[in-house]
Amino acid sequence: MIEISHLNKIYGMQRAVDDISFNVEKGEIVGFLGPNGAGKTTTMKMITCFMPPTSGSILVDGMSVEEQSLDIRKRIGYLPELNPLYLDMNVIDFLAYIAELRNIEKAQRSKRVREIVDVCALGEVLHKDINQLSKGYKQRVGLAQAMIHDPDILILDEPTIGLDPNQVVDIRRLIKQLGREKTVILSTHILTEVQATCDRAVIINRGKIVADATISELQRGAEKHNVIEIEIGDASDAIVDKFSAIDGVDEVREIFPDGSSVGRNFRISTQSTIDPRRDIFQVVVDNNCVILGMERQVRSLEEVFHKLTMQN
Amino acid sequence: MRNIWAIFKRELRAYFDSPTAYVVIIVFLLITGWFFTTNFFLVAQADMRVAFGIIPFVFIFITPAITMRLISEERKAGTIELLVTMPITDAEVIVGKYLAALALLISMLIPTIVYTVIVAILGDIDMGPVIGGYMGLALMGAGYLAIGTFGSSMTENQVVAYITSWLMVFAFFLMDKMLFILPNWLVTPVEYLSIEYHFQNISRGVIDSRDLIYYLSLVVLTLMLASRSLAARRWR
Repeated sequence: MIEISHLNKIYGMQRAVDDISFNVEKGEIVGFLGPNGAGKTTTMKMITCFMPPTSGSILVDGMSVEEQSLDIRKRIGYLPELNPLYLDMNVIDFLAYIAELRNIEKAQRSKRVREIVDVCALGEVLHKDINQLSKGYKQRVGLAQAMIHDPDILILDEPTIGLDPNQVVDIRRLIKQLGREKTVILSTHILTEVQATCDRAVIINRGKIVADATISELQRGAEKHNVIEIEIGDASDAIVDKFSAIDGVDEVREIFPDGSSVGRNFRISTQSTIDPRRDIFQVVVDNNCVILGMERQVRSLEEVFHKLTMQN
Repeated sequence: MRNIWAIFKRELRAYFDSPTAYVVIIVFLLITGWFFTTNFFLVAQADMRVAFGIIPFVFIFITPAITMRLISEERKAGTIELLVTMPITDAEVIVGKYLAALALLISMLIPTIVYTVIVAILGDIDMGPVIGGYMGLALMGAGYLAIGTFGSSMTENQVVAYITSWLMVFAFFLMDKMLFILPNWLVTPVEYLSIEYHFQNISRGVIDSRDLIYYLSLVVLTLMLASRSLAARRWR
């Protein structure tokens, strides 16, 4: 549905998007993930034909964003970053205006507006000016605007930013529901959002793709290691070697957490198939030390994300 | 065409839903009304020369105020991104907005017909120059508004849009007043470029295709520039 290959965008001296390639299949919901300033918005602006790539190509349904821009724009619904809306219009006039610009036939326009108002639950605020709406309602108006012409493709730039937790759940449910029939790309810097709504995540950092995988693949990758943090009283340096000798232990490192630590602290990482806590306990006892605390840490997706996007 | 119509309607509503239209119209009528009533009875001639003398001057200040928000407001609010990712061309955006500004200008001129009525009651008026004068004003306004649309397309700051538009409009206004300092060979071309020169021709009641072509090409050219400047985001 969307094929991006060797995409580059250079602003002056800055390379905002650096040789990105990925495909999105029909009916997929793809989470476009990355820290602020990673190049998510720039890429989305290029897919929606707001601006052209410096080099590389984007094909939407086999059409090039540069040559068949108008045809592509007809098929895409776009929620831009920060959800810009005409604040001086009321909801129903705004949606009718967008419907008109989207070339929906006059006879069907009001029917279509009614439908989308139902989908986005905007019934209560139809005649209010947009600048009087709460952030959650504004966001729904933005989504309604993006979907009014029933596009095959939805490009949503941070659809849940600034919403309260309940609204976030609502919007995610809506997106998930839409994703059954449509191709959706949504950008976010929140990992749980991708977990909650997407089939696949494309993680981008400093303009480059650092990971492109399904959520379960990412999770599996995340659990390559077991990490155990342990605090020991009366420990000598020799104990480090003893820990290292335990079957399956890859690395032992002393850490120095700030605060009220009484003993010495170690971080022990092992292969994910092995749980070495029993062995560790035994080693400590054999060396006449005491365990003051032991915690097994499961690496979450957050950490994967953190690791992928903090490199260099 | 129907995209232009959609944008035209929305922009015209935006003018009349906000104070812009009313402020512009009231200020325009106050200024022209004051000059008209104070000077008309002094001159004591049954024509509209007094009004047509002052309105071009008022236009210089009023037309950039009409156009300053057209595109810069959308740039500032970010709605430009919404607009240009719709299946419409940049040219349609510009033309739709421009026509809305033109409609406001014309609705601003219509009440001044009262002056004509007053003159017609008080004396024997020759309608030729009056009709010519109104045509000339509309054309001159059309030119200024196109320049203003271009000015507004370049920036997201409405004050900057006003000032740059005003400067450009003022340059066109000044041209035929500066002719005396120009070398002889430059006089004819600069005079041809001047908005006032063509206005004088038309307001005499002589509709010449040369004057019409001048205004038409001024409008088309500046709107094309505006469209180019909207498309500047497409530079690589």
